[in-house]
Amino acid sequence: MHVPILKQGDCLIASVQSVLSDADLLQLRDDLADRVGQFRSRGVIIDVTVLDVIDSFATRTLRAVAHMLKLRGAETVIVGIQPDVAFAMVQLGLTLEGVGTALDLEEGLAYLDRLSKKNLKHGK
Amino acid sequence: MESEVRVPIDSAADIVMARQKGRTLATELGFDGSDLTLIATAISEVARNIVTHAKSGEILLAASNHGGKRGISIIARDEGPGIADVARAMQYGYSTGKGLGVGLPGAKWLMDEFEIETKVGNGTKVTMKKWLK
Repeated sequence: MHVPILKQGDCLIASVQSVLSDADLLQLRDDLADRVGQFRSRGVIIDVTVLDVIDSFATRTLRAVAHMLKLRGAETVIVGIQPDVAFAMVQLGLTLEGVGTALDLEEGLAYLDRLSKKNLKHGK
Repeated sequence: MESEVRVPIDSAADIVMARQKGRTLATELGFDGSDLTLIATAISEVARNIVTHAKSGEILLAASNHGGKRGISIIARDEGPGIADVARAMQYGYSTGKGLGVGLPGAKWLMDEFEIETKVGNGTKVTMKKWLK
């Protein structure tokens, strides 16, 4: 299923609405790479609250998305990983190293806000 | 209660179907909470293994009883190329495909029992079980 991407200020919010197939995940990756350029976004939030499974493929793709967007100049934060999903990911030895994570959408926005203020201070 | 379910795996889209059916059966069998997620995730990994290495195969989901234990049995079967070096395939981080190499060893960690039968040129059968606590 297609993931809607909303623009909010200089952020993009991709809000996953249902379970994602591998193809949906790859589509999301490509859509985000495009939109970050189109809207000159500095931050991207991917809300995965509804995902009941984040397996090795999903983890690898989310990590790739975050690293790709970083190369395009935007920070990514993954929000809403459910407790059971986090438990399964740890059991599988999966990590989202180098990728920002936050509890929910609100915390995700706060995370990006803090990052942009920090970068401002350091003149980036 | 449907106690045996077969899910054909012919493309990546079927992986989602397999884990949803697995979650449904596991719920009917009395699993709850994080066990459901662990089972669904393990199914996702073995189903993806079929898609990546054998193109097509099937997942068989069934109730399982053994020595007073009750649980779910998941069989992932394909007629693909088989695995030449099982010990290596079960090494965390080893992959011949484009994955992270965590699929098979990861699925083993998520379940209570895990067994691979494979022969080069003759396909692969992964049998895994999780018991109710």
